[in-house]
Amino acid sequence: MHKVAMSRVDWSALREDFPILRERVNGHPLIYFDNAASSQKPSAVLNVVRSYYEHENANVHRGLHALSARATEHYEKSRHRVADFIGATSADEIVFTRGTTESINLVAQAWGGRFLHAGDVILLTEMEHHSNLVPWQLLSERIGAQLRFVPVHDDGTLALEKLSSLLTPEVKMFAFTHVSNSLGTINPVVDLCQKARGVGAVTLVDAAQSIGHMPLNVQELGCDFLAFSGHKMCAPTGIGVLYARSEILKSIPPWHGGGEMITSVTLEKSSFKQPPHRFEAGTPNIAGAIGLAAAIDYIEGIGRAQIFQHDVDFATYALKRMAEVPGLRVLGTAQERGGVISFVMDAAHPHDLTTFADRYGLALRGGHHCNQPLMRRFGVTGTSRASFYFYNTREEIDRTIDILQKAVGFFK
Amino acid sequence: MSPELGDLEELYQEVILDHSRRPRNFGELADAAVRVHGDNPACGDEIHLAVKFNGDGGLQEIKFTGHGCAISQASASLMTTKLKGKSRDEVEEMLRAFHDLVTSGNNDSPKKLGDLLVMRGVRKFPQRVKCAMLPWRAVEQALRQSEGESTVSTEEPEFA
Repeated sequence: MHKVAMSRVDWSALREDFPILRERVNGHPLIYFDNAASSQKPSAVLNVVRSYYEHENANVHRGLHALSARATEHYEKSRHRVADFIGATSADEIVFTRGTTESINLVAQAWGGRFLHAGDVILLTEMEHHSNLVPWQLLSERIGAQLRFVPVHDDGTLALEKLSSLLTPEVKMFAFTHVSNSLGTINPVVDLCQKARGVGAVTLVDAAQSIGHMPLNVQELGCDFLAFSGHKMCAPTGIGVLYARSEILKSIPPWHGGGEMITSVTLEKSSFKQPPHRFEAGTPNIAGAIGLAAAIDYIEGIGRAQIFQHDVDFATYALKRMAEVPGLRVLGTAQERGGVISFVMDAAHPHDLTTFADRYGLALRGGHHCNQPLMRRFGVTGTSRASFYFYNTREEIDRTIDILQKAVGFFK
Repeated sequence: MSPELGDLEELYQEVILDHSRRPRNFGELADAAVRVHGDNPACGDEIHLAVKFNGDGGLQEIKFTGHGCAISQASASLMTTKLKGKSRDEVEEMLRAFHDLVTSGNNDSPKKLGDLLVMRGVRKFPQRVKCAMLPWRAVEQALRQSEGESTVSTEEPEFA
């Protein structure tokens, strides 16, 4: 399965692992540059999911029969795989969720609902995806907490010089993204977590855009919570992870109630399992969790350091070529950046450009990218966004530049 | 309109690009009876429509401001050009005919639609129907109220 040596990767051979990359769109070969929204899936993952349904499918943690045992074993093995992947000390620190959004809602509602009070401050940044903003708005409205924001500089980096005045002892939670889904900026997570600890604030890292793109270890980051989705890292949709340091996770009361999360139930009351099962009410996404473990195997087969280098090289090349397109302006020019590029063009509104590009088989995202406050910060209502993954090629960038040049002529 | 036109060329006809670059009836209407703010939350496009009625309830004056994609801006520009001076019944009929035009391409009254027929290419781009309909949703709302200010959205009403 692993076609690659750790040092040198045959990137174009990896494309063969993704059946969908052979698709044609509107008569053109697909150029998939919407990876920040969702990645494509390799056969290795698709086959594991199929095999699960063909040979193991049953509910977990409740049957005494053979299939239930197989399903349970595979599901829990996947939890261990995730724990290894992110450097958790134990699989008990891994809660399976539907994705980043559900993970953050769990923290905001179950942890925040118990431990935050009126007058407490939740510190966020101006570049958060709505999924790391709206759950905190809902919580703060409910309990009377305050939201505070780290501003973003014109170059797309956080205003770290303001951090000392923002990170006061009233801050009980500092939740921020690892990599911006609009600007591609990589935030200094280690430093941010350390400073938060200094004032006794708990930290949550939104790793949706980083998890499949770079080496990541929760011990090195020093965060208390980490949230991510499977579908942006080659796994199926509908599976995600909440990592929480064991000590914190144990202190959180149940969130969703139902089967699988209880030890005993009477008509009046229930007692609850220990984490992580306390937070997994109902039948979980078993196939999704198994698919996620397969995606981790696949990604580690390539190497996360190699994937990150590919992202960086790719973004550098793309930015260089995009500078050739007249009237094209890139938003966010941080030095530390991943493979996400947001841009606007004088010639065309992002929606017109997206429609135009689609006719040439180029999948861009046009709009606000679930980042409305950030868009306002940059004085636009939306951008076009190209986001890359390791299976993208330079030739696809070259074709993209041709399409953008054509758009300039078309809309002029 | 040549049948050889590609979908893109049919969508972005020169007339449409011209209206999006130089929108007609663009600007404020100081003594408007009704102002409707049309909003497409999916993309942030906005149309602010201002209307003055004549004695019979028809559209005496109609202007707009706002910003957005070529389709929403051109649609607003073409719409205001077409609707100025029209009676209430005519506007409602036009609204139905235009909606049919951009969703199915069918229309029973091509003569009535006249210049608006250039918007026909939208039917092949279902994701862009909301862009074309945004100003029309605003005018539909304007007819429902004889005065005052309101907001319409291409999405379902919000729960606040």
